[in-house]
Amino acid sequence: MAAEHKTTDGKMPASLLGQPLRVINVGLERFAEVLAAHGTTVQHVQWAPPAGGDARLADLLSKLGS
Amino acid sequence: MIRNEIRKGFYLDSVALMRAARAIAALPGIEDAGMMIGTPANKEILREAGLLDEAGAQAGPGDLVIALRARNPAAAAAAMLEARRLLDRPRRVEAGDASWQPRTLRAAVQQMPDANFALVSVPGDFAAAEARKGLRRGLNVMIFSDNVPLAEEVALKREARDRGLIVMGPDCGTAVIGGAPLAFANSLPRGDVGIVGASGTGIQEVSCLIANGGRGISHAIGTGGRDLSAEVGGISTLAAIDLLDKDAATQEVVLISKPPAPEVTRQVLARAGRSSKPFTVCLVGGKPESALPANVRFAGTLAEAAEVVLGRKLGTYQGALPKPTGGQLIRGLFCGGTLCSEAQLILQRSGLDVVSNAPIHGTERLGAQRDAHILIDLGDDRFTRGRPHPMIEPATRDVPLGEALVDTAVGVVMLDVILGWGIHPDPAGQLARALGGRSAAAPVIVASVIGTEADPQVRSSQVRKLTDAGIIVAPSNANATEIALQCVR
Amino acid sequence: MEMIEKANAEALRRLLAGDPVLVDVVPAGEAIEGLGKHHILHAGPPISWERMCGPLRGAITGIAVFEGWANDLQDGAAKAHAGAFRFEPNHDYGAVGPMTGMTTESQPVLVVENRAFGNRAYCTINEGLGKVMRFGGNDAEVLARLAWLRDTLGPALGRAIREIGPIPLKPIIARGLAMGDEMHQRNVACSSLLLRILAPSLARTSEDCEALARCLDFIGKNDQFFLNVAMTVGKALTDPARGIEGASLVTAMCRNGTDFGIRVCGAGDTWFTAPVEMPVGLYFPGFTANDANPDMGDSAIVETVGLGAFAMAAAPSVVGFIGAGPASEAARFTRSMGEITAGNNPEWTIPMLDGLGVPTGIDIRLVVETGIVPNINTGIAHRQPGMGQVGAGVVKAPMACFTQALEGFAAKLGVDY
Repeated sequence: MAAEHKTTDGKMPASLLGQPLRVINVGLERFAEVLAAHGTTVQHVQWAPPAGGDARLADLLSKLGS
Repeated sequence: MIRNEIRKGFYLDSVALMRAARAIAALPGIEDAGMMIGTPANKEILREAGLLDEAGAQAGPGDLVIALRARNPAAAAAAMLEARRLLDRPRRVEAGDASWQPRTLRAAVQQMPDANFALVSVPGDFAAAEARKGLRRGLNVMIFSDNVPLAEEVALKREARDRGLIVMGPDCGTAVIGGAPLAFANSLPRGDVGIVGASGTGIQEVSCLIANGGRGISHAIGTGGRDLSAEVGGISTLAAIDLLDKDAATQEVVLISKPPAPEVTRQVLARAGRSSKPFTVCLVGGKPESALPANVRFAGTLAEAAEVVLGRKLGTYQGALPKPTGGQLIRGLFCGGTLCSEAQLILQRSGLDVVSNAPIHGTERLGAQRDAHILIDLGDDRFTRGRPHPMIEPATRDVPLGEALVDTAVGVVMLDVILGWGIHPDPAGQLARALGGRSAAAPVIVASVIGTEADPQVRSSQVRKLTDAGIIVAPSNANATEIALQCVR
Repeated sequence: MEMIEKANAEALRRLLAGDPVLVDVVPAGEAIEGLGKHHILHAGPPISWERMCGPLRGAITGIAVFEGWANDLQDGAAKAHAGAFRFEPNHDYGAVGPMTGMTTESQPVLVVENRAFGNRAYCTINEGLGKVMRFGGNDAEVLARLAWLRDTLGPALGRAIREIGPIPLKPIIARGLAMGDEMHQRNVACSSLLLRILAPSLARTSEDCEALARCLDFIGKNDQFFLNVAMTVGKALTDPARGIEGASLVTAMCRNGTDFGIRVCGAGDTWFTAPVEMPVGLYFPGFTANDANPDMGDSAIVETVGLGAFAMAAAPSVVGFIGAGPASEAARFTRSMGEITAGNNPEWTIPMLDGLGVPTGIDIRLVVETGIVPNINTGIAHRQPGMGQVGAGVVKAPMACFTQALEGFAAKLGVDY
């Protein structure tokens, strides 16, 4: 894998193994609690289905790529 | 009746005063209340609201007027007491926005711009979109969620490859990176064995056997169950091999999967062959098709993979076996899919016909059969859609367990008891309770406990709970299967 | 979609690149092209007389009398009903107005120029607290004050500002944020800073000591004097971002007491409207939610550029108006608005959040996706015209505006759904 590949905003891709994990947890809060108890830096996201579960709007949103 | 009290030389922000007044107005017997600094304009407001009396009218612009209108003197007195208490309580200093939690990955990255990893466990319908957001922000992503469409997985992994990132999953239940436990993961000693696994519980069994055998793990990278399919082409597996190859802490690599698509097998073996590190390739239920590279050894079961790494045979159950009950059938109820596969393989090798809802090659798919050796993977997608995984909620195993206990054709029930972070705090205790009322004629119960002493459940304590309940505990899933065989022979 | 991201980046760039300066105060008829007789601009999206709320009608009849287009309030109402006046949104004429937002030809307006793009924006002078036309007041006292603004304060401010030269407004707002202002419910710091700048010039360009004293006293006693300036800044900053194709950012939010309206860069000049919601807040003694008028005013333009409720973390005491938590909750509001905005303003930063810039550039996609609607800090008017302010609180923009806007935006892009 070439490390020259860039992501959006010109950010370099994160290296998986070379540094301590700094995790964003999207979903089950227990996984964030586990990481925090272990001493890993983690930010939990209080996720909810897009557009309050409205499938038509969610589909439109995915087409508009937010 | 109106009551006014004046506090001389008192200042509090008008908003704080309004909040306090609202609290007083809500007290029993109080019709209305106001707390205002005694400027002429404010006194006029209080007068128009019917709250000002002679005393209040005397207030000066530096004074606070506490004004209330009550239905009776008792209510007025109580309310005035409360008003004084509200004004006099010490101001607390709160931690500010320490309690704020972002609602989107986007806001979370804003908050933590040096984030480097996203762990996604939202419902499968939404997981791909979240994973994509992570990739676009330069994060490596692990997708615990299952029921993610295959086409999404392919698109995500191609995008990850283009961006120099890895997608671990979907359906990736376990990973341990630099010792950090991701989703369901065991407390493992750090060491030099690196693991790449398409199966979470496969990673758990092999890593625990290696750990309990005295060696340590550098990293365990999950790839998700479909990574080695023809459609996905092993993108994440190849990426993981690249990473472990470059990783100074890793001296040898174990690859764990069910048998991949043939072309993918060739690619993976070729890539392993280009490494300078020794590889153990564990394809549960399969055999390699072509000659192996010199640095690659093959293992057909999880136990064999651990034995190759440790360089010795694993321990086996040494205790007495209970008297057979007469039932001729083996019933397996597994939380771990690869443990179910391993058991199928071992029974097949012994010449048995096996039926399963997650069949390996040579196993019949479960339909209406009842008169057969049936091994169930309770973590299969079809079971988990809309329901908690049995590793999070072991009670999902109770119903099929209860059926097996009263089925006289069943001679032995096989179970896996999986420990680790993110998992139920006492699976052995829960199981012992579920089995507590079973009759003397019930089938023999054989279990293996996948975990380490350092896990939150503490392996030895879980083993004790099971043995106290009359359950036979084998040191590995493979050995548990061999014991089950003996019970019906 | 990459095209949308690029368009949004340009829209955000324009929002942040503005250089708003206060250049003059002149009669609205001189400043605003096309504003003539019987022409009454109001707050919020377009609305007919029949659908207007009490305070708005009260203001209209009052201004009609003030301008000499009606003999008295009843005559004004009859003429309004008969279609004698042309009602249009302030927004369509480069203007904004708080609460009822009356803008007519002889009223003096603040003139703010955005030097980065050359556009100008306008707003009347804040009448002060108490019984004012902004809340639908229309009696002799209200009209007399408007006459004094027209004849004395307006011209005095105009002379003073022309003497000083253009006054940069971004730095004043930046200082205000560090002093507890959020430029919607709380403007006392910025009002004071502006008065310090204007006072010497007012003195130098005045010939009448007593008139000067009245001017200084009027501005000095009005904690909300700067509100109208901040609103004009908001309008001046957002107008250059209008019409950017493919951009999903909001360029205007406003209310007329009946409807809430938004405009979006990439959806042309269409107003996406829905019924206004009721503010949630605290009431002055003697008043309750039953007395409250539904939400009104163009002042939501300040939230549109990251101030007001979006900058709540700069003004923790304001959050007490929700009544729901301690002042430390203020930061949550700002962070929450960060979930639905495209970026942050590096020139307007919040000390309590370690210098984080105010969240700017509301993206309708993020609003619909997260279910988080913009919050707006607002005063609450009595539902009867002329009774004045009865409280203050927070109101939410209606989600329906954003879902409609999303559909309109998608249609313009030719995206099927």
